[in-house]
Amino acid sequence: MSAHASEHGTMTLKLIVWRQAGPKEPGRFEHYEAKNITPHHSFLEMLDVVNEDLIKQGKDPIAFDHDCREGICGMCSAVVNGVPHGGQKRTTLCQLHMRKFKDGDAIYLEPWRARAFPIIRDLVVDRGALDRLIQAAGWVSCHTGGVPDGNAVAVPKRSADYAMDAAECIGCGACVAACPNGAGMLFAGAKISQLAELPQGQVEAPERVAAMMKAMQENGFGNCSNHYECQAACPKGVDVKFIARLNREFHRALFQEAVGAVPSSES
Amino acid sequence: MILDGKAPSGRIQDSWDKHRFDLKLVNPANKRKYKVLVVGTGLAGASAAASLGELGYNVEAFCYQDSPRRAHSIAAQGGINAAKNYPNDGDSIYRLFYDTIKGGDFRAREADVWRLSQVSNNIIDQCVAQGVPFARDYAGYLDTRSFGGAQVSRTFFARGQTGQQLLLGAYSALSRQIKAGTVKMFPRTEMLDLVVVDGEAKGITIRDLVTGEIRTHVADAVVLCTGGYVNVFYLSTNAKGCSVTANWKAHRKGAYFANPCFTQIHPTCIPQAGDYQSKLTLMSESLRNDGRVWVPKKKEDANKPANQIPEDDRDYYLERKYPTFGNLAPRDISSRAAKEACDDARGVGPGGRGVYLDFKDSIKRLGENVIRERYGNLFEMYERITDEDGYKQPMRIYPAPHYAMGGLWVDYNLMSNLPGLFVLGEANFSVHGANRLGASALMQGLADGYFVIPYTIGGYLAQTKPGKVKADHPECAKSIADVNASTNKFLEGKGKRTVADFMRELGTLMWNDVGMARSEQSLTHAIKKIPAIREEFHQNLKVSGSGAELNQQLENAGRTADFLEFAELLARDALHRNESCGGHFRVEHQYPDGEAKRDDANFAYAAAWEFKGVGKEPELHKEPLKFENVHLAVRSYK
Repeated sequence: MSAHASEHGTMTLKLIVWRQAGPKEPGRFEHYEAKNITPHHSFLEMLDVVNEDLIKQGKDPIAFDHDCREGICGMCSAVVNGVPHGGQKRTTLCQLHMRKFKDGDAIYLEPWRARAFPIIRDLVVDRGALDRLIQAAGWVSCHTGGVPDGNAVAVPKRSADYAMDAAECIGCGACVAACPNGAGMLFAGAKISQLAELPQGQVEAPERVAAMMKAMQENGFGNCSNHYECQAACPKGVDVKFIARLNREFHRALFQEAVGAVPSSES
Repeated sequence: MILDGKAPSGRIQDSWDKHRFDLKLVNPANKRKYKVLVVGTGLAGASAAASLGELGYNVEAFCYQDSPRRAHSIAAQGGINAAKNYPNDGDSIYRLFYDTIKGGDFRAREADVWRLSQVSNNIIDQCVAQGVPFARDYAGYLDTRSFGGAQVSRTFFARGQTGQQLLLGAYSALSRQIKAGTVKMFPRTEMLDLVVVDGEAKGITIRDLVTGEIRTHVADAVVLCTGGYVNVFYLSTNAKGCSVTANWKAHRKGAYFANPCFTQIHPTCIPQAGDYQSKLTLMSESLRNDGRVWVPKKKEDANKPANQIPEDDRDYYLERKYPTFGNLAPRDISSRAAKEACDDARGVGPGGRGVYLDFKDSIKRLGENVIRERYGNLFEMYERITDEDGYKQPMRIYPAPHYAMGGLWVDYNLMSNLPGLFVLGEANFSVHGANRLGASALMQGLADGYFVIPYTIGGYLAQTKPGKVKADHPECAKSIADVNASTNKFLEGKGKRTVADFMRELGTLMWNDVGMARSEQSLTHAIKKIPAIREEFHQNLKVSGSGAELNQQLENAGRTADFLEFAELLARDALHRNESCGGHFRVEHQYPDGEAKRDDANFAYAAAWEFKGVGKEPELHKEPLKFENVHLAVRSYK
């Protein structure tokens, strides 16, 4: 437990926040003070306090994305002191609590920065590129109805667990923001691995990986060069082994394409 | 007026099959000529949009979040019920039906609940086919567990993230249709009005939350899948963006609001830590399978550390009061019991609003590793928020508003009293009665979206001509003008108080007067107080920025304005329902042991309210509820 501030004491923090009025407006850092913050405030509740002050002063509050505030919707997103979600292991920004900071700390706040994520306002970015990756092929082509009984096909427990490990991804995009290349490989790899591991998704595995790799290029994502920053930043601890799986699946698909089993992804 | 729920007659076992046959079909070649708007992309909305797109309808889907994958269905942890009877422990469609009717304290429509139980099995099959990674046993078959209020093991789960995995399944199906071009997706878009032409729902007016553009989308039918309204209490387990707005706009345009006073308070949430708090976090009630709930027997022990209170001085009150169900007693009963213990000054933690959930005995019996495997992510979550280690000291929990059983009134076809307006999932009132059982919300959302609306919407569309209303219809221009006017009103205000300030005031009032225990006195007080807060809101609100940009204050101002109108309806409904049932507890109506006392002679109906103007008394319509298959009985979990 790293309770730096005393249980009853409050903290004052210096915030240095990226402010940008719109996608085409110039941005700049602005300085604010967060006062009367207790160790039990969540990071976003600290920002609420700052915003209430700004509104009362007639200034525009800091725009930031958030929704569930319990670490599962994947909407909250900001780089805190250079680290997406603030650096507490397996923790989204909304679940980061101020007991991890101490009185007088300076905190730099920036939006996700990646070519694939244009800034909308302040800390809010457009992550539509992640949706487009899933739209490309992140699914199984089953129609509603017309599927067999859930127990018709046994799935080894180790496969189900492996698929679940991959499926924990909440689509926040921290992996892309953390990557020096702005790659979406961990995000795409997790989905490709989940579906390729399960019998239900194996049928379309080669077409899926080909289409998703193509979509990554089209949507401005970079490539993986094994920094593993993505895994370190991932609030769900999604493992880089799924990038290796993506590469294996992709090479298998290329081979199948060579022998005519998969239509070319370039066409 | 007496409302007709249009439930099919005859043997309930055959009712859905017969009804499906009776419904008119839309010719496959004509389906693409019909446009359907789906608002909200949680379990109900995503599954509906995907399924309607697959059938060939021309679908447009809308959500306020930046992606359809983020809807609050994603936060459901525990699981999804189905009557598969895989464990061979006596489950059946009939038992799931019976448990749901009884669990809802006899305030739901039998035929709807039967259908839900019947299609529950299809949902599991569908999700498995999509690649949802459900928990499995060593033979590779689907694992189940028992869950709050059920004595059979019928709950399927994916670690502690069942809602997320099911939503990602529905989202994947939706994404496939977006690619196929049958569904057009509009994220960061909020519905701010329903367009009604000649009494039928024919479109919505939306605000693009990024550009601020306000425009109308017209269609042949509108499907609202816009969730629940318990953020009216301000602090709840809902996401910050959850609101009553879409439902309230439809209500203002004529859709009846049914049983708004049926709200669920969830027993296993992390207690409030301070005034700055922005939301309450739920921990799956599956924790109650292995955790034991207790408070000190003596008031003077309430401030002592848990480990200094000897075993004999602990009151395991759920096991004491409900020996059969014990710690698994239904949510409303468990929540009220916690409140009683705290009202008795035996609550623990800050402000004395908390009870212990203790894993000491389970850890001793099963070992810490087993507990960690079952609930590790929940213990981690608890520690992140409270800085306390649940393996070493008991967790502290307290009830929090969680789910709305009430919602827009719909008939058996899930169509509201406004033809063309369908309402699915938590947004409607239909199957949970006065109390929802654990793991039934996911079931209902997906049942409605995958297996009900694809049939019932055809019954309506087959009788309408496609494209009847065009975008240049005067009702569209009027709707846009109305939305612009109310948006501008917020921006022109020169007051001093922030939106959050008002929402906190309303929430505190609602929690104190219209929360877990309601009385004629508290409700009358709330009904008097709400219009005063509303009036000050419109006089003394401060919103900065403009309407032509991303403006989160403006979004919240609109949602708060709607909550301020809706809260009054909720309180009025609670006052009118002069009985206790399920999540609606009137202190005047209880058995000597504190159980809810229903009044079936006078209140065995769904109360559907018609809007008559802000601050004006709404008109009550009743849909009588008949219980022909499950006989009305006192709900007992002893």
